[in-house]
Amino acid sequence: MSIDFAPRPAPASPATRLRAQGALETSLMMRNGEQLLLALVIPIGLLVVGFTVGHRFGIGTAGLVGSVLALAIWSTAFTSTAIATGFDRRQGVLERMAATPLGRTGLLGGKAVAVVVISLLQWLVLLGVSLALGWRPRFEVVQTLGVLVAAVLAIVCFVSLALAMAGTLRAEATLGLANLVYLAGLALGIMVPPSELGSPFGDVVRWLPTSALADMTRAWTSGSQDLSGLLPLLLWALGSALLARKVFRWTS
Amino acid sequence: MPDTVLLDLDDVHVTFGTLNALDGLSLQAHAGQVTAVLGPNGAGKTTMVRCCTGLLTPDAGSIRIVGDAPGSARALAEVGVMPQSAGAWNAIRARELLVHLSRLYNDPHPVDELMELLGISHTARTAYRRLSGGQQQSLNMAAALIGRPRLVFLDEPTAGLDPHVRQRVWQVIRQLRDAGVGIVLSTHLMDEASALADHIYIMDAGHVRLDGTTAELTAKQSLEDVFLANTNVGGVR
Repeated sequence: MSIDFAPRPAPASPATRLRAQGALETSLMMRNGEQLLLALVIPIGLLVVGFTVGHRFGIGTAGLVGSVLALAIWSTAFTSTAIATGFDRRQGVLERMAATPLGRTGLLGGKAVAVVVISLLQWLVLLGVSLALGWRPRFEVVQTLGVLVAAVLAIVCFVSLALAMAGTLRAEATLGLANLVYLAGLALGIMVPPSELGSPFGDVVRWLPTSALADMTRAWTSGSQDLSGLLPLLLWALGSALLARKVFRWTS
Repeated sequence: MPDTVLLDLDDVHVTFGTLNALDGLSLQAHAGQVTAVLGPNGAGKTTMVRCCTGLLTPDAGSIRIVGDAPGSARALAEVGVMPQSAGAWNAIRARELLVHLSRLYNDPHPVDELMELLGISHTARTAYRRLSGGQQQSLNMAAALIGRPRLVFLDEPTAGLDPHVRQRVWQVIRQLRDAGVGIVLSTHLMDEASALADHIYIMDAGHVRLDGTTAELTAKQSLEDVFLANTNVGGVR
């Protein structure tokens, strides 16, 4: 058998390439059982437990919904991205794909698309489960817009931090550290509000991106207004993007 | 067509800390020719390929891929790369990988024909991690060819392959050359270089020690003897 190998190189359009890569990354993330555990099973478990027995411990359900929405972004944009990228790098996926018309920008773009798509799906499922459990939303328009901006800034920040970690450490070290940081993030703002941590520790934690995002989503699902997280998130997003750009290595 | 320069490296330097990975490397590859790059482990061959795909930026010197800078969108479309450490996502299946790569091009080779040519049709639904080493090599070669490239980098394409598969890969390389594709072949196998190459560069310690046509280099002694006489163990000076 023979094929006409006469050269006819022609890259697909950037939009087509980004769509293809985003779809593949999304599909691969959704096939990974461990990542599904982080993305849906743990957040849904927290919601169910919080709604059924949380009142005995003084946990408000409206705030819990906001915490879990922040958790969804934290787990997908940081933990899942760090672990997946660490193994992509070790297995030579980055080296292979960076040498195609996708290039390095398209490769990162594909990851960003996957994180946004999965985060949106997580929010839809988690908001649906919360409604089914009896939560009734009272959204403020200004806070809704603020939360959307905060979510975008948080995704940029968490993905950048994930890339900085996965682009410098070995895959196994990334796996361990990403899970450790995931748990630390739960205690530092995502599930435990900084106001519960007392002063001055809570005042410091308030400036972490985990706290900044979760305080805003908690205010959103509670029907109140709090845009104080936008400035810390903006600063963290810029700083982390610069860090990732400086330290990320494509090969292991 | 053979005079068309597809790859032009001129006095390229790359350092990692105190190590000179590339130390004034200059070489060319032409359309319709197999250009073999031989060198001991650590000679700088993989670093060269990474520079040519834009993954590494040289400290000095210039690289042109079909007239464009490495890593540019145009240059990336012109080349197909089979890296030595090519890998894939664990969960992806063989055909799925090729279909995905084909979507990055406007006029790719038909996936099924390419898989048949390389003898991996039966692995279409097998996850990449479950393929044998030889099947992964063949799939990686298909991945490098899917976009109908003008220039192909093959980094040890037959390492670990049985003689049947090796002959099949050689046949594909000859078909590529006959079709006008330029091939940069990095290999440790002297018989492979002798059988396929039109021009051979022998690299050591990050630069070319000797180059010439296969006939020129093997006029007085075997290629292996030429190689041993011009290189050091581990590519060190």
